[in-house]
Formats: sequence, structure tokens, C-alpha cells
Amino acid sequence: MESTALLIAASLNAGTVLAIAALGLLINEKAGIVNLGAEGLMLCGALAGFAAVVHFGATGWGFLAGLGAGALLSLVFGWLVIWLNTNQYATGLALSLFGAGFAAFAGIPYTQAKLPDQGMSAVPFLGDIPFIGPALFRQHAMVYFAVFLMLALIWFFYRTRAGLVLRSVGESPESAHALGYPVRRIRLLAVVVGGALCGLAGAYVSTVYTPLWVEGMIAGKGWIALALTTFATWRPARVLLGAYLFGGLTMVQFHLQGMGVNVPSQVLTMMPYLATVVVLVLISRNPMWIRTNMPQSIGKPFYPGA
Amino acid sequence: MLKLEVRPQPSQAGSYASPLLALALTVVIGIGLFVVLGKDPVRGLQVFFVEPVKSWYAVGELMVKATPLLLIGLGLAVCFRSNVWNIGAEGQFVIGAVFAGGVALMADKTTGPWIVWAVLAAGVVGGMLWASVTAVLRDRFNANEILVSLMLVYVAVQILNYLVYGPWKDPMGFNFPQTQTFEKVAQVPRLFTGSRVNIGLVLALVGVAGVWLYLARTYSGFAQQVGGLAPAAARYAGFSSRRALWIALLFSGAMAGLAGALEVAGPIGQLTPHVPVGYGFAAIIVAFVGRLHPVGIVFSAILMSMFYIGGELAQSRLGLPKAITGVFQGVLLFALLACDTLIAYRLKWRKS
Repeated sequence: MESTALLIAASLNAGTVLAIAALGLLINEKAGIVNLGAEGLMLCGALAGFAAVVHFGATGWGFLAGLGAGALLSLVFGWLVIWLNTNQYATGLALSLFGAGFAAFAGIPYTQAKLPDQGMSAVPFLGDIPFIGPALFRQHAMVYFAVFLMLALIWFFYRTRAGLVLRSVGESPESAHALGYPVRRIRLLAVVVGGALCGLAGAYVSTVYTPLWVEGMIAGKGWIALALTTFATWRPARVLLGAYLFGGLTMVQFHLQGMGVNVPSQVLTMMPYLATVVVLVLISRNPMWIRTNMPQSIGKPFYPGA
Repeated sequence: MLKLEVRPQPSQAGSYASPLLALALTVVIGIGLFVVLGKDPVRGLQVFFVEPVKSWYAVGELMVKATPLLLIGLGLAVCFRSNVWNIGAEGQFVIGAVFAGGVALMADKTTGPWIVWAVLAAGVVGGMLWASVTAVLRDRFNANEILVSLMLVYVAVQILNYLVYGPWKDPMGFNFPQTQTFEKVAQVPRLFTGSRVNIGLVLALVGVAGVWLYLARTYSGFAQQVGGLAPAAARYAGFSSRRALWIALLFSGAMAGLAGALEVAGPIGQLTPHVPVGYGFAAIIVAFVGRLHPVGIVFSAILMSMFYIGGELAQSRLGLPKAITGVFQGVLLFALLACDTLIAYRLKWRKS
């Protein structure tokens, strides 16, 4: 009972990392931009966050640094794909490769550094409920932020004018342009906000989730987050659920390893990646299903005529 | 203010100038980085661009590192020209290495020299098999090949780790996670004494000619590229997009697998967890910087090899971390993509 509660808690925590990054990428994709640089953004966010906590102490600075790093890098990405019309896939890959290289290079002084362990704060009263308390209400504030972010995005996308404009830019940039909306600026804003969230997710990994800095520590989470938006057919609530599902999978894998199950650890380590493939296959099997849900102009450049 | 204006026709000169301009930009940024880090930029440039070609031995080392990049880059060029986004070449490289290693470990003192060819063929088969997983999932289930091929990189690395930490571990290896060193007869023969250059370089150069012939002189190569440039036109012409997908993935998988085989049966000589060093990812940059053209890729593979060797020298000579290579690789690709804008657009000064 107790261990199940802890497993749920750990799964939500692991899912939070994916959820924040994937919700950020969802904002990008709703505006019609695919950012394959998520992995690089998360790595740089992780390093920036870690370095900020080493120098300034409070975790809040780490989150701020992660947001800043993600925003700055995605600004470069956005400028390239939106103003210079470079290929979105190639530019995203460049961002991933550069981010990994830069974080490995700049992170060397931090490889030995340690951070104070972050205590999870319990919600008063709710945290004391048996089973539900330890499972749900003794988490880092970021776990609740992810839920809040999901709700906020649902409200924004489907209940506000600005959200409608953002979606129209992703569905039909020509129409949005004809109506007088600054398509490129809207897209850039979406890219920067989404990128900042990826950076934040990275910072959460290096400062709270596993408080240390190791080269390549994001280990594909950025790519899994990218797969999650497809898996969720671009719906915020499903993104969050999918993230928890993957978080759960990661944790079950650790628990099995801890329990000494007689499966090679490498097989368990490859589970999240194999699961991503399986999930992609299941969801993509029906092309109509994807096509009706996908933002129509995703990945397509838009260049306003003279 | 400066504005972009669409050129009536893409600039031919621009497409040649862009990689050079990108390299120049990368060098400028590199000089800036050296200055910021308090290193002599002249010394830094020497380490990257002069030392790797200073002696015959150094040139040999340059070729040793350029060979896998060239092979994988050629495969990816065919892929990208067909608009198939295989970014999991690193995984195909690893599985190629595993297959090749498996065959090489079967050799003993009495095996004939034919084993080398079996080792290389196994690598090709391994790479193709691994790429065909992506192809099947894309073809049958419409799964995005970018994400699938990338996820399979992590899976491939774990398979390698499982083997070298488990069943294939050298019993006499002091518990290090590595296989036995392959028998001499199973290792790729070297071309010259006093240099580590091996027949892989010859195979890669044959590959250059082969890919050029395929793309420029065959019907199938033509169909492949039409599908990449104008999918609608290809459909109208009756070129099968499924066929294009399979050819692209199998060929790039084969090339990456061959590179993996040459690497473990060549400079490394055994399977270790350090087989994957990012050649599969660097080759993406190689392919783009080489304009997806076989001859261009020769130059870009050599350039990227200089980055690798320069990074190692920067570590020993200048006390800079080797990871600086990754920074320069990323900057180069960014710069190239930005410069490529000038192929389709021109800058126009306009009063606003």
C-alpha cells in the first residue's frame, strides 16, 4: 500500500518533466511550428538551471535560468525558421545537436557539484490523508504547476480570442495573414514560450528531479515529449495523461530493477524508448485520425507576400 | 531596412558559396569563443586546421575519422534527397558494429582471411535490419520516421551494453565491459604501414562514385529525388513513394552498418560501450554541409573529421574540453541553414 502510493507519487513526478516540455511543444505545434530541438533546449535548460542554483542558491533562480535559456535558444530557432524560412526539421536538429554539444562543453565545471536535496512540500490537510496524501499531495510545487498549465492551456486554446488566433496561425496562416494578424510574430511568440517551457522542464530535471549535472542527462526526454504531442492528438489533457503514463513506465522500470527482477537492466532501460515507438505506431495507424486532429500547416513555412 | 526578396530562380552560386560562408562564420564564432575563454585564437585555429594535416601520419588519422562520417553521410544524402528523415544512423551504426562484432568473435587462429568480408557483410546486414524496423513502422503504420529512428538509437545502445556487460564480456578482461580483442585475421587490413588508414577508406571512395552514379545516372535515383523534391509530381509520374522509402532507409542503414563494422573491426578492434561516439549524428551535418552531393560530402567529412581531431588536440594542447567539437558542429549547421537562405532569397535594401 505504502509503496504503491510512493510509486504513484514518483510517476507523477517523472511525468511532470515530460508534461511541461510536451505542453510547451504543444504551444509551438498549435502555431504550426515543429521544434525538433526540444532535447537541446532541455539540456541547456538543465545546465542553466543547475548552474544558477550552484551560484545563487534558491531553486527559483534555477527555474528562471532554465526558462531564460530555453527562451533565448528558441528565439534563435524561431528567427531562423520563421524569418529565414529554413527547414524546420533541419533547424530543430541543429538546435538539438548544438544544445547537446554546448551543454556538454559548458557543463564541465559543474559535473562534480552537488545541490542540497529538495524536500517535497506536503499540502496541508490533504497531505495527511492516508494513501491519497503520500500519492498525490506531497509533491514539489512544479507537479501542480504542470496540472495548472494544462488547464490554463485548455482555457487559452479553446476559450480565448488569442488562443483562437494562435490556432488559426497553425491551421491556415494565409487566412490569418489575410485577416491582418501578424503571423510571423505570433509564431515567434509561440516558439519562445514553448521553448522556455522546455528549458524549465530541463531545469526541473537537474535541480529537483535528479539534482546533479551529467552530460546528456536528459536522455531522450525531449524526443519523448515530441512524441507525446502526437500521441495526445494535440489535446492538452491527453498530453498530461500521456506524460503520467510514461512517467509511470519509467518508475515501474526503476522499481523492477530495485526489486531485483531477473531481467537485464539494459532491457528495462530501453522500455521508455520502446514504449514510445509502440505508442507512435498505435496512434499513427489510422492516418485519418492524425490528419483530422493535426494542425493543418504544421511544419510548413509561411512567407507573407510583398 | 534589409528585406528578403524571393529570387526568380535559386542561385547556383549561392548553393556553392553557402557552405564556405557558413564555415567562415563558424571560424569567426570560434575565434570569439577562444578569446572569451582566454586562449590564443591563432593557436586555436592552428590546432583545428593546421595540425591535422601537418604530417602524413596526421593526415592518416584525419582519414580514419573521415571514413565513417563519409560512409554514413553518403547514405543520409540519399535519404534526405528522398525526403526521408532518418536521424537514427547512430543506432544503425551501433547494430552494424554489433553484428560485425558477433561474426568477428567467431574467428579463431585457423580462420581464413575471408572472415573480414563476412564481418563487413554482417555489419551491412545489421544496419539494414535496424533501419528496416523504421521502414516497416513508417510504411505499414505511418509512424513518424524521425521519432522512431531516434528512439531506436537508445534501444541499439542498450543492446550493445547488454552484450558487452553480459554474454559477450571477455572472461579474461578483468571484468571490464568489453569483448575480447578480435583475432588479427578478423580485423580490417590496413593500407600502409605506419598509418591506421584501412580499406574502409577505399570502400568509402567507391561509395562516393556509386552514389554519384546512382543519383545522377540511373532512373531509380532520379525517381528517388523527384519524390523528395515534388511528391505530387512523383505520384503523377507513378513513382512509388513506398519504394522510395525502403530504398532510402535500407541504403542508409547499410552504409551506417558498414561504417560500424569498419570501426569495430578497424581502429577499435573489439566491442566496448564506447563504440557510439556520435558519428551518426555528426554525419547529418556532414550530409547537409556537403550539399547532399557525394563529392561535397567528401570535403565536409574531412572538415568534420578536423573538428574531431582538433577537439582532441585542443584538450591536450590548450586545456580545453574535447566537447568543444560538439559546439562547433552545432554552430556550423546553424550557420549553414542561415546562409542557405541566400540561395532562394536575396537581400534587398528598402526604405520603410
